[in-house]
Amino acid sequence: MDFDFSDEQRMLQDSVDRLLADRYGFQDRVKYLKAAEGFSRDVWAKYAELGILGLPFAEEDGGLGGGPVETMLVMESLGKKLALEPYLATVVMAGGALRYAGSAGQRAALAPQIAEGALIMSLAHSEAQARYNLASVKTTAKKEGDGYVLNGEKTLVLNGDTADKLIVSARVSGAVGDRAGVGLFIVDARAPGVSRRGYPLQDGRRAAEVTLENVKVAAGDVMTTEGGSDVVARVTDEAIAAICAEGAGAMETLTNLTVEYLKTRKQFGVAIGHFQVLQHRAVDMLIATDEARSMAMFATAMASEPDAAERTKAMSAAKAQLCKSARAVGQEGTQLHGGIGMTMEYEGGHFFKRLTLLGILFGDYDHHLRVVARSGGLDSAA
Amino acid sequence: MDLRFTDEELKFRDEVRAFIRDNLPDSVRDKLVAGLHTSKDEIVAWQRALNKRGWATPGWPKQWGGTDWSPVQRYIFDSEIQQYPAPQTLAFNVAMVGPVIAQFGNDAQKKTFLPPTANLDIWWCQGFSEPGAGSDLASLKTTAKREGDHYVINGQKTWTTLAQWADWCFVLARTDMQAKKQEGISFILVDMTTPGIEVRPIQTIDGGHEVNEVFFTDVRVPAENLIGEENKGWDYAKFLLGNERTSIARVGVSKERIRRIRQLAAIERDGERPLIEDERFREKVAEVEIALKTLEMTQLRVVSAERNRVKGKPDPASSILKIRGSQIQQATTELLMEVVGPYAMPYRPEEGHGHNEPPVGPDYAAPAVPTYLNWRKISIYGGSNEIQKNILAKAILGL
Repeated sequence: MDFDFSDEQRMLQDSVDRLLADRYGFQDRVKYLKAAEGFSRDVWAKYAELGILGLPFAEEDGGLGGGPVETMLVMESLGKKLALEPYLATVVMAGGALRYAGSAGQRAALAPQIAEGALIMSLAHSEAQARYNLASVKTTAKKEGDGYVLNGEKTLVLNGDTADKLIVSARVSGAVGDRAGVGLFIVDARAPGVSRRGYPLQDGRRAAEVTLENVKVAAGDVMTTEGGSDVVARVTDEAIAAICAEGAGAMETLTNLTVEYLKTRKQFGVAIGHFQVLQHRAVDMLIATDEARSMAMFATAMASEPDAAERTKAMSAAKAQLCKSARAVGQEGTQLHGGIGMTMEYEGGHFFKRLTLLGILFGDYDHHLRVVARSGGLDSAA
Repeated sequence: MDLRFTDEELKFRDEVRAFIRDNLPDSVRDKLVAGLHTSKDEIVAWQRALNKRGWATPGWPKQWGGTDWSPVQRYIFDSEIQQYPAPQTLAFNVAMVGPVIAQFGNDAQKKTFLPPTANLDIWWCQGFSEPGAGSDLASLKTTAKREGDHYVINGQKTWTTLAQWADWCFVLARTDMQAKKQEGISFILVDMTTPGIEVRPIQTIDGGHEVNEVFFTDVRVPAENLIGEENKGWDYAKFLLGNERTSIARVGVSKERIRRIRQLAAIERDGERPLIEDERFREKVAEVEIALKTLEMTQLRVVSAERNRVKGKPDPASSILKIRGSQIQQATTELLMEVVGPYAMPYRPEEGHGHNEPPVGPDYAAPAVPTYLNWRKISIYGGSNEIQKNILAKAILGL
């Protein structure tokens, strides 16, 4: 058992950190936010140069063959700077679906394009009625000739407004809520019958509402017609591990910003970090951040667990801790900054917002606590 | 990064597990599961069994009985002991005075004290805290005046755990009355049978007798019982307090407690169904379990980082382990009290004092409240959680 990273893994993270130190100052980020796509194409191209857009893909598919540990390190770095690029949507989620459900031909066609930064993809899965239930799919896929026809509405599709292609989940058979009978389909985002309405989320990330009206999918773009829910569950587990790391990174920066502020802000003639009550609250932030990091590592270690029930339970435990830590660090960071923490022009509040949304994304605290509780608990045996 | 144990580590775990199973009487295990106190004889017998196997003092230098285990092996060993559950070795001997004597004692002291300390032929108690010196330990007032070949000790110690069973006491006393408060303190070994020592019990809120006041009145101690140099005792005390922090979180203890909670919640009924089927109750258990898994990961990170660290320099992160470990242990006592329900209420002292009345409520209910009350101490002793936060604020945040 060891928690050390290999030299290659360390170098990978260093390279991402260096790039972001150069390209992701707070004012840079403000500029990227104002772009129509809500992120920097230029930085995206730099990610491609570093190789991280092909990180999880197999080498024969044009990727680096990285695993959950590499994803964790990259996501942590992106989290530290509140990066806006569609890494989660394209590489982790759509890329994950492609890895688990894509045919060799589909992978060969799409993975290299993603790795080069030429293709943005999103997983269009969530629906309005689903809340956090991954099996709740109403969108239909009807067989027509060799292919399928899709009808339905997808919501909160991360970076769905920018995506060139979507991976759409749709029900081939069974009732809404059935785990079985869900297919996955590759859809060109500009295909006839696809309409998209993009909008910003509270933390600056973007998403889209996607309507599918008699959208034709050719046979070659069908990924699976049966086990889509299992693939989505697996991808969501990996995405949870990824945002646990992203959250830990964001918490680290907000804690550091807060401690710096305590050291420089003077009131009553002294730096306010002199006051024990504030020191202890800063320590609470430190502990909550450290706990988020511990569980990001746990989630990463369990992301490749083949037993789906064990894996999902572990992700729920990690996500519950993320929700708890994110809320604590976000709120305390804002409180300890006082008035300045409330302003849009100061960077601290943007971390608070990202952390708040990470608490909601893929299921909130109550949702994941319930998953752990109903599963009979975490295995307490060593 | 690979969080799985290696084959060798798993083999070691099985070896430890088998040893405990083959050597610890079931009656002792049952007591621990039930939340009852083990007797002096039971603790001594267990430590001697471990010592015979060479496992009583893993952290000591090899020549004095250390095991040279990796930090991961240490973790596995502690974890297996805690989860079985088996008694832990006596911390005053194994984690406190033993390493100090091994590090700072002279050869004669090592030969005299280390073997019987390992074998629990000597039971040590800790003479640190005083009525006016708790968190601010360096303000202690007990004095040791040099008179010829002796120190004459006067003063009062308190919170002295199991002093009623102790043969010897390691005492911090002031040898230089003029020096700044940390600089005039010495570390002295005192035979508890020396005239002038009086042990008075302190009854704690759970009704138990674990801690004592110890009074020293003109207690004459041979000068050869001084450890290291005169007036350097504070350094040795800091070494002692920073030592062996990796098992401070007691993850295995909390794991075992959660198993117990589940077991009793399957027996206890809330209306028609067992309590364990109540959604709200299960979520409360899950909350503690998630916190415990988090703590375990933090503990393993500290253990894993240990091999890259300078020996003898404690990781300030062990303060996080202390804070969260104590909170989680305390949370398990709350759950246990809630599980047993109304029969948590009757007061049933453990030693029956010859009473032969039928018990009120199930046997397992009796220790719930006393344990809850008793374990409030965990966030107070060994540097209160507030002191741990001061350490973290200074050492990690630079505040």
